[in-house]
Amino acid sequence: MSLVTLALAGGFALILIGLYGALNNRNILRIIIAFTLADTGVNLVLVAVGYMPGRTAPVLDAAVPVDQANALIIDPVPQALVLTAIVIGLGVTALMLAYALRLFASRHTLDISKFTELKW
Amino acid sequence: MINRLLTVAFLAGLAVIFIQLLSGFAPDTDLNLTASYYASRTAPDLGAQNVVTGIIVTYRGLDTLGEVTVLFLTAAIVALVLVHGRALEAERGPKPFPAGELLQTGSRLLAPMILLLGIYVFVNGHLTPGGGFQGGAIMASAVLLLLLTDPMRRFSHRLISRIESTAGLLFVAIGLLGLLFAGGFLDARFLPQGWFGALFSAGAIPLIYSLIGLKVGAEFSSMLLSLSETEDEK
Repeated sequence: MSLVTLALAGGFALILIGLYGALNNRNILRIIIAFTLADTGVNLVLVAVGYMPGRTAPVLDAAVPVDQANALIIDPVPQALVLTAIVIGLGVTALMLAYALRLFASRHTLDISKFTELKW
Repeated sequence: MINRLLTVAFLAGLAVIFIQLLSGFAPDTDLNLTASYYASRTAPDLGAQNVVTGIIVTYRGLDTLGEVTVLFLTAAIVALVLVHGRALEAERGPKPFPAGELLQTGSRLLAPMILLLGIYVFVNGHLTPGGGFQGGAIMASAVLLLLLTDPMRRFSHRLISRIESTAGLLFVAIGLLGLLFAGGFLDARFLPQGWFGALFSAGAIPLIYSLIGLKVGAEFSSMLLSLSETEDEK
């Protein structure tokens, strides 16, 4: 099993664990943590897809002469994408936590089955 | 019960798709067209060592501006949502048990060093792995350390929002300078490229990334403060 396959399998496993946790827990805080797990899984899969065996990080220092960069570095685009995704994921998590605090302040519970206004 | 069965069935279906993807996956052997353009043009065009920084700050600079705007909105919404829960100075409950001497001195010793590391990471964003977002997160972790040591500690919201808005304004101003003196909005090439690999090189990229670092650090700190200052009603 190569490194890439391992990272991909780990990412997929994290996505599944996160979705399972988000769908099966009642406590809002646990749901938020499960979402961040799935988020991490997606990021891991994206980075692993950009990896290429035998190449190095996209930093053109002494190890990577500029004129050979094409043959020596891995794909930089997924890395830039994941950097964005991590930051936006943090923003989403912060928002979820803030809403969880507000919900707790209004009902004194974090059990999602007690919030039935939007249920159909 | 039926809910749980449905969830497991759904996840099993998803797992089948994932296994299919995994078994059919073979890593690329060559860079695709976009990646190879970035790999071969970043150094001669921008003078940045770190290709990812070149992409984030210049090639996709507008996306990054949008990204820090999203972060700003998040910080603003978190503050707005939590403002009602903020207890007044007089209404606060009993002071929590003070942190020990060791913890207080240790955090006071570590916080400036963490800030310094954050600044190092975003100033060198065009040379080494790292950059504004990472450096900003490290700087906010110093605030988090101080808050964990003393949950009752109060930081100046005015100072943080000043830093945040000044950095944002300067970011847009530098983008406009790029529009006037170089190829387009957020083009970093209106400053000289300098020696490849030196600290002062790559045009305005280190400047832009430092501003992003300050902005992101201020936004993260403001989110942490909003979350920490919310207290239960008694």
